[in-house]
Amino acid sequence: MCGRSEQVASEPVAFPFYPPGDDPGPDFAELLRRTGSLPPEPGDRVVDVTHGTTVVALRYADGVVMAGDRRATSGNLISHRSMEKVFPADRHSGVAIAGAAGPAVEMVQLFQLQLEHYEKVEGVELSLEGKANQLSLMVRNNLPAALQGLMVVPLFAGYDLRRSVGRLFQYDITGGRYEESDFAATGSGRLHAGTVVKLGYRDGLERAAALDLAISALFQAADEDSATGGPDMVRGIYPTMAVITAEGFERIDEAEVAERFRHLVDRLSTPESTTSMGAAPTMEGRFRP
Amino acid sequence: MTMPFYVSPEQLMKDRADFARKNIARGRPLVAAAYADGILLCAENPSSRLRKISEIYDRIAFAGVGKYNEFDQLRIAGIRAADLRGYAYSREDVDARSLANNYAQILGQIFTHEPKPMEVEILVAEVGSLPEEDRLFHILYDGTVIDEEPFSVLGGEAEAIAERLQESYVQGDDEASVLRHAASALGGPDRSLEADDLEVAVLARSDGRRAFRRLHKRAVASLLG
Repeated sequence: MCGRSEQVASEPVAFPFYPPGDDPGPDFAELLRRTGSLPPEPGDRVVDVTHGTTVVALRYADGVVMAGDRRATSGNLISHRSMEKVFPADRHSGVAIAGAAGPAVEMVQLFQLQLEHYEKVEGVELSLEGKANQLSLMVRNNLPAALQGLMVVPLFAGYDLRRSVGRLFQYDITGGRYEESDFAATGSGRLHAGTVVKLGYRDGLERAAALDLAISALFQAADEDSATGGPDMVRGIYPTMAVITAEGFERIDEAEVAERFRHLVDRLSTPESTTSMGAAPTMEGRFRP
Repeated sequence: MTMPFYVSPEQLMKDRADFARKNIARGRPLVAAAYADGILLCAENPSSRLRKISEIYDRIAFAGVGKYNEFDQLRIAGIRAADLRGYAYSREDVDARSLANNYAQILGQIFTHEPKPMEVEILVAEVGSLPEEDRLFHILYDGTVIDEEPFSVLGGEAEAIAERLQESYVQGDDEASVLRHAASALGGPDRSLEADDLEVAVLARSDGRRAFRRLHKRAVASLLG
């Protein structure tokens, strides 16, 4: 019978017809391994590549909000101003990435494919927990590369249709998976973003309040962390935001994000604002001859 | 030393074809037909767990009749081929024609080289962005590919069903009337099929990236009226 694995191995797109005993099951990554289309293991040199930075996710009344800035950096240079870091994983879940941009985007692509592949082969969707574990495996498989500087640390969030609740998961580079009850942040600006969300977080936030909180978190992270991009009002580039509810993954319209940013900036620039940015240090008096 | 009996190639092929045809004809039939906004696939299938119709890729569906384990193996291979192709190239580069050719190769190979041909007939359906880009590839147990439009019938009594459908089918009809015509053609003059007897799915032209959608029993019942 044709389609033995060794025949398929040389050609990535030969017809993957496997005899029953040799079947790779609904696992797309295993199928890629069989067909020889996975990337090679990295060598032992540390490489400096483009990095994506800050993403946050938080739970609110109807589900989960995910948001990510748009900046990608190489060392101290900005390499992209409009990178996307928040992606739908499938209808009811999303993934946000921070770390080495190339491997991270590749991981998201594989993850999306894996979920859809499983659903089509098996005829049912994976549970939300199952999806989170799949991503954990992918992050773990990336560990050798992570040790060479190609770190990928995603956030995974989704609406659990079986439990009717929004859930979110955080990872570390070893594939460790931690479910968070309220919010999570990852990337270079995670400390600042996380702190802002932590201070403003309440149970059962409304959609508008949750979006504003995420926006404020990204703004403050960009204010303190050079690798995190703030709103770019000149070019009209704003962070990517999405909500995941029982209705599914929904990107927030760029116009709405821009509007919310303008409100935040207006609020911060009024002199009596309690959340003011602090006065600019003046040179007055110091160097006067 | 014993000599094997001589069997002429004609006889050998005929025996295999008869074997496959006979067993396929025993199974319940299936209809795929174009409607105004896509392609409707309708199978007589009392089980709601073991499916004959399923999704292969964004705009491509698969349907099979005959031996379940065999067409299911083909279905999974199709999903793999499509997903690998989309991963290696682009989602736009996955099309029904190349998938149908792959299936034809495999079925042809098995028909001539394996001890027994596959007892299946399969259909690869693709919905295009315009009605004239819709494709129905009907593939037989021996690897024969037939490019059909505007509808295709698989399985036992296919000719009689196709004749009945030909009489009632109107190009550009809506989903509900195409489903009614398909169900009555499948049922024939003596039977009337209900929602519980049918497995129905559509490839809807304007449903976004993934065009495949199953119609649940209640939706089928309301469309049948």
